[in-house]
Amino acid sequence: MEEINSANVFPSSFQLFPLGDAAIVVQFGDTISEEVHATVRAFSLLLEAQPFPGFIELVPAFTTVTIYYNPWLISQKGRYDPYQSVVDLLLPLLTQTYQEPHELPSRLIEIPVCYGGKYGPDLEFVAIHNGLSSEMVVSLHSATEYMVYMIGFAPGFPYLGGMNSLIATPRRDSPRPAIPPGSVGIAGDQTGIYPLQTPGGWQLIGRTPLTLFQPFRQSPSLLKAGDKVRFVPISEKEFLNRKELAHES
Amino acid sequence: MSLKIEKPGLLTTIQDLGRFGHQQEGIIVSGAMDCVALRLANLLVGNPERAAVIEAVVQGPHIRFQKDMLLAITGADLSPTIAGEPVSMYRPVLVRKGSLLTFGAPRAGCYSYVAVAGSFELSPVLGSYSTYLKAGIGGVQGRALRAGDVFNCGKVKAGKVFSASSFPASANGHTAFVPAHWYPDPSLFPVYQEQPTLRVVRGPEYDLLSENSKQYLWTGKYQISLRSDRMGYHLQGAPLVMATPKELISSAVTFGTIQVPNRGNPIILMADHQTTGGYPRIGQVITADLPLLAQAGPGRIIQFTEVTLQEAHQHYLQLEQNLDTIKRGIQLKRLSL
Repeated sequence: MEEINSANVFPSSFQLFPLGDAAIVVQFGDTISEEVHATVRAFSLLLEAQPFPGFIELVPAFTTVTIYYNPWLISQKGRYDPYQSVVDLLLPLLTQTYQEPHELPSRLIEIPVCYGGKYGPDLEFVAIHNGLSSEMVVSLHSATEYMVYMIGFAPGFPYLGGMNSLIATPRRDSPRPAIPPGSVGIAGDQTGIYPLQTPGGWQLIGRTPLTLFQPFRQSPSLLKAGDKVRFVPISEKEFLNRKELAHES
Repeated sequence: MSLKIEKPGLLTTIQDLGRFGHQQEGIIVSGAMDCVALRLANLLVGNPERAAVIEAVVQGPHIRFQKDMLLAITGADLSPTIAGEPVSMYRPVLVRKGSLLTFGAPRAGCYSYVAVAGSFELSPVLGSYSTYLKAGIGGVQGRALRAGDVFNCGKVKAGKVFSASSFPASANGHTAFVPAHWYPDPSLFPVYQEQPTLRVVRGPEYDLLSENSKQYLWTGKYQISLRSDRMGYHLQGAPLVMATPKELISSAVTFGTIQVPNRGNPIILMADHQTTGGYPRIGQVITADLPLLAQAGPGRIIQFTEVTLQEAHQHYLQLEQNLDTIKRGIQLKRLSL
């Protein structure tokens, strides 16, 4: 396996390795942190601004950026080694990533949530499990600014970092067959929002009237890696109003 | 109106080469299970390689043609017939208005492709016509084809794609269909096998496997489970175990990724794979062998053999060169417009 270790070249280290014959992974660290993720984003933005011929797309994750490429195009129809060609194209961008200060655009997106009741049937369970009142769970869940580390699992599904461990709760023993879109849940020490109706075992504490996945928009996912998210408690009346508004538009 | 689905078959969908550029938003690529067969079907009717076609699996649909059309059938041999007569695959076929295309017993492979000249008049979603059933987008209203579906084909006249000398003189008669004289050299594209040995490069987490499991991966046999689908092929065989179990941080996965969930039965991710995953990625089926894997299908036995990344790229480039050769050959038969 080809690995290029850059420890001597750059202040921080990264690794490059293949994911099959049409993708390459750049790994910027081996722990989840905002710092590692800032590098992930900075590199992703640089590459997207300067795509190379044969570049297909990239997928940022917690500590990695995976780059999909077309070996036929990148090798100029077989004239050069495809993997080496990709590495040669990525190295200058990696240098740039570390040399230039990261000025990353930062969005704060407020997600209105109607907590409890029929929208959050497991709110009480989460409270009892943690020895808290339901109100306390809501206030802890909505007090934090969460970081969107990546979108995956389903279209528009955000992996959020930063949940208070006081409200961590294991998944349900038996998953629900169909969870309504917009449901906000807790699984272990993670919180997330279901964009589509899917089966799932998360503890549901509330629901947002926002649509996280709109396939007919230019950028179909409401959230993107790097966004900050804050949950804002709303009443059922407001939930229904906003739902209606969303319907009309 | 130009084409009508009279019976839908098992799971018949519209696919192209996939929806790229949105995986970072969690939107899967989808696209044909056998991309080489899809590209050949399009080339054989004069379409761009990535155009939308009909993908049928195991039990094909019944399709009525409401005008004269040029079509090509590639991929799995599901015993296609028009007006009850067997139709040659992997060549352009002129069909007469009113003819019915049906499929019978699967003879080789699982996924069959029907391309028509001019492709279909459908609306792309995020740059692709591929059907993504779970999100309900692409193809025909994001769903599998149903009996009664009617759609228009592009405005390409069946007889105006290839020179008249491509077809036998009897083409003017009353036969329901007329296959072209010529066809691409079959040695230039993948030949499906009953029990394929798939070439695999090591995945990022290969080294986490125990020594026994590493050995078993390259020598053991796996059966593709019946619960396999367009999302993933689940494998049954000796479970693979990690020498030191480790919680992994989720990262990207792709078509052909062999991942091992905690219970040890590997899953190979297919066209409808999720964009990210957290299980060890122990290997990656090389791109050139993905058609063989897709066409092996549920119930079949497969084996793996290790190749280097350089070898994988050689096979990739060889296949592209072959397709390029076929493309140039077909170009010579085209009528200049």
